Amino acid sequence: MSASNAVAQRPPAQTGKVRKTTFNEGTGRLAALLLSPTLIVLVLVVVYPILSALRESLYTSGQRIDESGFVIKGSEFVGLDNYAAIFSGETGERFWNAFYNTTFFTVTCVVLETVLGVAMALVMHKAFKGRSIVRASILVPWAIPTVVSALLWKWIFQADGAANALLGTQILWSTEGWQSVLSVIVADTWKTAPFIGLLVLAGLQTIPDEVYEAAKVDGASPFQTFLKITLPLVKPALLVAVLFRILDTLRIFDLPFVLVGPNKQSVETLSILAYLEANQTRYGPAAAYATLLFLYVAVVAFVFVKLLGADVLGDAVQKKKSKKGKDRDSAPPGVAMGSAAGMSGVGSGV
Amino acid sequence: MAMANDAPAKIDVKAAEAGPLRKYAPLLGVAIIVFYCLAPFYWMVVSALRRPTDQFENSIIPTTWSLTNFTDVFKPGTGFGRALLNSLLVAGTVTILTLIIGMVAAYTLARLEFRFKNVVLAIIITTSMFPGISLVIPLLKLFIDIKWINTYQAMIVPSLSFALPLAVWTLTTFFRQMPRELEQAAMVDGCTPAQAFYKVILPLAAPGVFTTAIITFIAAWNEFLIALSMINKKELQTANVVISQFTGASGRDQPFGSQMAAGVVVTIPLVIAVLIFQRRIVAGLTAGGVK
Amino acid sequence: MRFERSHARRAVALAVTSGLVLLASACGGDDGDSGGGGGAAGGALEGRGPITFATGKDTSGNLTNQVNAWNSQHPDEKVTVSELPESADQQRAQMIQNAQNQSDSFSVLNLDVVWTAEFAANRWVTELPEDQFPDLGKLLPSTVDTGKYRDKLYAVPVTSDGGLLYYRKDLLDKAGVKPPTTWAEMKDACAKVKALPEAKNINCYAGQFEKYEGLTVNFSEAINGAGGVVVGEDGKPNVDTPEALEGLNFLVDGFKSGMIPKAAITYQEEPGRRAFQEGNLLFHRNWPYVYALANKTDGSSKIAGKFAVAPLPGLKGAGVSTLGGHNYAISEFAKNKATAADFIKFMSSEERQKANVEKTSQAPTWASLYDDPALNKQFPYLAPLKASIESAKSRPKVVKYGDVTTAIQEAAYGALTGTTPPKDALAGLQTKLSTLITQ
Repeated sequence: MSASNAVAQRPPAQTGKVRKTTFNEGTGRLAALLLSPTLIVLVLVVVYPILSALRESLYTSGQRIDESGFVIKGSEFVGLDNYAAIFSGETGERFWNAFYNTTFFTVTCVVLETVLGVAMALVMHKAFKGRSIVRASILVPWAIPTVVSALLWKWIFQADGAANALLGTQILWSTEGWQSVLSVIVADTWKTAPFIGLLVLAGLQTIPDEVYEAAKVDGASPFQTFLKITLPLVKPALLVAVLFRILDTLRIFDLPFVLVGPNKQSVETLSILAYLEANQTRYGPAAAYATLLFLYVAVVAFVFVKLLGADVLGDAVQKKKSKKGKDRDSAPPGVAMGSAAGMSGVGSGV
Repeated sequence: MAMANDAPAKIDVKAAEAGPLRKYAPLLGVAIIVFYCLAPFYWMVVSALRRPTDQFENSIIPTTWSLTNFTDVFKPGTGFGRALLNSLLVAGTVTILTLIIGMVAAYTLARLEFRFKNVVLAIIITTSMFPGISLVIPLLKLFIDIKWINTYQAMIVPSLSFALPLAVWTLTTFFRQMPRELEQAAMVDGCTPAQAFYKVILPLAAPGVFTTAIITFIAAWNEFLIALSMINKKELQTANVVISQFTGASGRDQPFGSQMAAGVVVTIPLVIAVLIFQRRIVAGLTAGGVK
Repeated sequence: MRFERSHARRAVALAVTSGLVLLASACGGDDGDSGGGGGAAGGALEGRGPITFATGKDTSGNLTNQVNAWNSQHPDEKVTVSELPESADQQRAQMIQNAQNQSDSFSVLNLDVVWTAEFAANRWVTELPEDQFPDLGKLLPSTVDTGKYRDKLYAVPVTSDGGLLYYRKDLLDKAGVKPPTTWAEMKDACAKVKALPEAKNINCYAGQFEKYEGLTVNFSEAINGAGGVVVGEDGKPNVDTPEALEGLNFLVDGFKSGMIPKAAITYQEEPGRRAFQEGNLLFHRNWPYVYALANKTDGSSKIAGKFAVAPLPGLKGAGVSTLGGHNYAISEFAKNKATAADFIKFMSSEERQKANVEKTSQAPTWASLYDDPALNKQFPYLAPLKASIESAKSRPKVVKYGDVTTAIQEAAYGALTGTTPPKDALAGLQTKLSTLITQ
């Protein structure tokens, strides 16, 4: 909730306050002007739906039937009942199971993708004959539409599909258990490691050759060079890539849903729960699931940036650090609470 | 391009020093990665090249080669050609708009000092935290109210919002890595800040910009749910939506072959685009070497 | 920034208005309940002009022919086909989204039989006056019943579907056994066929047991085939019975004894067909569509010409199929409802259904077509299919069908995979269904 408050209150607060600041008024106005297209688009297409989903999560509708068998229309305010229902009894077990699956997928997939992605970037960065083919092939998995790749993997993981034929096994991939989890991880890693690879590659490309030359002259081994020079320099790009992968994987839906199927305990994620509720036209509970997932994602992102803030936000944080205290003092308490408490931790955590 | 030419020599020298193991180990790594990436894609291509009736086969090479799946995809009734153009139009527009809007925002965030910068960054990223499937229903209501159903903007604007956060964040990172002295030098030379950005920073940040372009394009190209919900006119549907409508010869048999063929058709242009963009990334690198 | 505020205000205003509209419609519904439906019965299917037909499946392109036939006869009331995704879930979601926004973009809806109750109870589709559809009597009664909710007609069946037992005629003949009519006979036949040297490794039987709608179908068939019910005639769940247990045990024991291959727990229609076509299955429960595909002589099927079909077997006699198929309904929010009604009549007419059967393998609902000698020659499965559909049972007609089918799948899957004893699974299902179905 605090997040949405911050979102709703922030823009007017900004114009109002820039004027009071000590530093360049022109800069603040310019910044507001330059940022407005981005913010307007986001407000229209994301903030508005989020707010309406938040509202929806407090209502229930169409769940009762009148005597002649018709659904009673109209929605009813139920406060936090939809949320309370999620945590009670069987639904609660299901929620925590999905919560665990979501977290497990995120940790496993993102770690694997990061390792693979960095490896891919290093390979793509290395110059050798036929490298453009290699680069293109690395990006193929990512370029295949999700709709199609999910089907492809479903076919591969069928009982008598290519995976079993290749491995010489009789594994029933889509049944409950480790194998269904593994199939999702394999497919997800395959599809999105190139994303990290691409962003890290771009980071690598901006490192001047001279740096490597210097390292070489100093007699650093390739591994040392990677650890001491390459990694720190690509860290900002890598961290942004990882952050977005975390945000995406926390919302993972398509792969477990298509590959393994709905209502499979082993791979049920929070997004799937939200979808299933909406599919049963229970929009209130669906919105409540979505909101909980949203809060979870926000917390994870907050912690991630807080722990690695300097690297994610680059020099801006260091430069801002000294000013941050002043900002807070001069801001009206309400706004400071709304924005600072809600979100600004993303940057101020260092 | 200079780098591209002299780099292989560099590797060879190193490899020669280190002996055959060193020389072939990286190659092996490359082979493994390429195999890993391409094997499933190969399966997709092969499945597409089987006859529809052979779609269950597990042989590495089709027993009977056939282009039937591809001709099925482009049968007049499917409207797939038109759908490809729609996808191109939507994804292209989204990419261009995202880059323009995103670059302005990212440069602002990277260079200008203003209050609540981190709050703005936080808000931007917050918007990519809500489950996408839960955004569709409210958006549909909104678009019906403003009469956007069955319009291109109903697909473009939402995609823009999904693409923008990532674009802004990555571009901000890349712009920030550029030394400030560059613009200062340019401005000393008489450039306006806008010119300094356009003539100095942009070329140097090219790898990041093109990478962002690729990522945005692919993300927009892959979008499915919004395009499905906002459009119910055949002429406006995108390729992904049309693929989802493929059916077999009867209701229940899955048209796996033609879906894979369509997948190949949809993927190949992307790979080509990536190859072209990558040239630009390398070109950006050469410019980077100058500094 | 101002934009955002005014937007929020607008959103609130919108919310309030839509709330009022909902309220108004709810009240209107209350005092004129029969009026709402009765309006339709009084001939409220008014308005003529162009309409759209929302459907998921244009199988073998024949729908275009059908629609073109209409369009050439009705130049001022043209039908545009609005194609939805192949996945049934997505079709339903699209239709519901449009209905909830009271959009008139879909006029005629092609509904799966199990969606009728939900669409009718939510008033997303218009009640159809039976007297305006005089041909209903000529359709198979069990299919007409799927278009009704609380004894009122909301949709007209255009295609039907029933389960069939596909069997390897060549092997049965060689072993000297007749096609089974009971599960016990099927078991015996398996044993005899497996004694043949060429069929040593063949698997006995499979249906669709992946956790999806197909499992609900197969589970219901097993229960019904043993004389049990999932939901009784009175609309009350009654699944915790000895008969139902016997039915479920047929499947559970089948998996345990290996009569049903382990892989069948992942089977939807297509993987099952694949196994059958590869010659790995002696008996296979599937829909009519398999017939033409498994008979292809281009090398894709190893069993072309070697199989035949029979009605499903049961515990003590003929089995009971679960009824599938699609019904056409008119969206409550559609314009030109008179045209829409005429289009539905046109599509369900004998002439159109015959044209459709000839081109596709979809089962017609027009009863006399099953006795057409020419069609029977072309599709030898029509006779067993008619028997299957005539005796078929519908799945529960409940508004929250999605919850019911999920509960059924949950119980069945637990029993088949051995995580829940069958008795407990049925008892649990009974409890669950009782809370879900409160009539």
